[in-house]
Amino acid sequence: MQQLLVLSGKGGTGKTTVASALIQLSQAKAFADCDVDAPNLDLVMHQTVEPMTTNYFGMAKAIVNEEVCIECGQCQSQCRFDAIIHKQQKEAYVIDLNACEGCGVCELICPVDAIHLESVIDGQLKLYKDERVFSTAQLKMGSGTSGMLVTRVKKQMIEQAIDTDVAIIDGSPGIGCPVIASISGVDYVLVVAEPSISGMSDMERIVTTASRFGVKTFICVNKYDVNIEYTDKIEDYAKRKHLEFVGRIPYDIQAVKAINQGNTIVDIDCASGCAVGQIYETIKKRL
Amino acid sequence: MKIAVLSGKGGTGKTLVSVNLASVAEKANYMDCDVEEPNGHLFFKPMIEHVESVKVKIPNINNEKCTGCRKCVDFCRFNALAYVNHSIKVFEDVCHSCGGCMLVCPENAITEREKPIGTIERGTSEKVQVHTGILNMGEASGVPIVKQLIKNETRDDQLVIIDAPPGSACIVMESIKDADYCVLVAEPTIFGTQNLSMVHELVELFEIPFGVVLNKCLDEDNPAESYCNDHRINIIGKIKYNQNLAVLNSRGEIVSRIDPQYQTIFKLILEHIVEEVGYATTSRT
Repeated sequence: MQQLLVLSGKGGTGKTTVASALIQLSQAKAFADCDVDAPNLDLVMHQTVEPMTTNYFGMAKAIVNEEVCIECGQCQSQCRFDAIIHKQQKEAYVIDLNACEGCGVCELICPVDAIHLESVIDGQLKLYKDERVFSTAQLKMGSGTSGMLVTRVKKQMIEQAIDTDVAIIDGSPGIGCPVIASISGVDYVLVVAEPSISGMSDMERIVTTASRFGVKTFICVNKYDVNIEYTDKIEDYAKRKHLEFVGRIPYDIQAVKAINQGNTIVDIDCASGCAVGQIYETIKKRL
Repeated sequence: MKIAVLSGKGGTGKTLVSVNLASVAEKANYMDCDVEEPNGHLFFKPMIEHVESVKVKIPNINNEKCTGCRKCVDFCRFNALAYVNHSIKVFEDVCHSCGGCMLVCPENAITEREKPIGTIERGTSEKVQVHTGILNMGEASGVPIVKQLIKNETRDDQLVIIDAPPGSACIVMESIKDADYCVLVAEPTIFGTQNLSMVHELVELFEIPFGVVLNKCLDEDNPAESYCNDHRINIIGKIKYNQNLAVLNSRGEIVSRIDPQYQTIFKLILEHIVEEVGYATTSRT
């Protein structure tokens, strides 16, 4: 199975719009949404079945037994994440579960064994399975384990999809933990760039990050006509870095309409959909 | 007063809104907490006055003292340590800097050293102090940079505009947790609306007063606006999609500094927030 991951660095450049169109065009039997803290692919993929949902347990978190706590404060002084709060009215220390990273130092240090670590639900994994396999997830608000969940989403897709030539993965913005987790193991990255000073800067950061993994990277520009000067700059950058520039997608108000009706841009006849069609033809020859 | 600007979905216009809110204020601090992809500085083009490194602590193993008991390896919940070829190997990228390995080592063979993960640049652009957090490429978490950014600016008498990262994970929470007001920026798509509902839940959870700015508005139905109406959420500003605005913004221009129409739009939004926060403060006391 060849895996193509759609990334962007900057948010909102059109990752999901492009990824969903590529899924339709390639008739991929397997696809995934790795943007686990803001997933959207489910809104346009016309799922015919209800998802199978499983709880995702991230890192275990500390719990203080208030009856046993002697308020010595050693846990608080050793916690590097400022996750331990003294509650005077309770005469005990309590854990700020949002700040706790589950390292276990407080459990180690507590002289009266008042602290233990407990698994908590950090989100939901979802699997839609009809003739296609669609793996997605929703991270719990404020969780710090997005990278682990991304790895699970991809693993779920790979385990469920047998006899599949191509899998398309919608990534998350940025260059950090979830992005790094999503790049690991994929064959190709398609970067959707935006022709602006911000888009250019963010594109360079994601391309550099992806290059560390030695993954073959394609670049396309969305809404290219908003600023043709920057579109040209991005194309030049791709050339300089010996990355294949695979196409330009115009700003298209029909794209907004298609998405808002729960369709991909290749489900209707529109300029942006045609442009992604050409991009797909180019990429297909390389896969 | 601290105003955080967030959105859930990326690219809805967080930086547009936060840069312009800071620009129309008498005096403001702009904090770019989107440390993975910081962009505010591209608009402000500040004169950089100060650059500081952000470091985290990483274990340093003294192999002469290490007896290979592997207590540190067993303790580490992040799998950042392994015992290979008769020595401890540290996987820096997954280390959370908790210090537990050092505490658990019976031979005192572990100390800590500092590893840089990014920088904070501080500079000035007209009346705005610009603070930019930048994560080094290849690093997993920018949370320590955000902590350092927020920590150093806690004076209540100053206006602080926080440009938050997209999403709703830990780094977003870190960016907004001390905010007096949150501005949620939404675009008129079902993607924008789904992600708006997530950050809406987040600000409700934190009990921070908030309002929505609808960006890139078209003449079509706006699902984000319907969401706000259905949930009785205060819409504090509407910015229409405009080709000219898109072009200026793509070039890194601060629209409120060059177009009086946008100056008025952002001034009204800021005044509204100041009034609402002022009201919230007095009604609390």
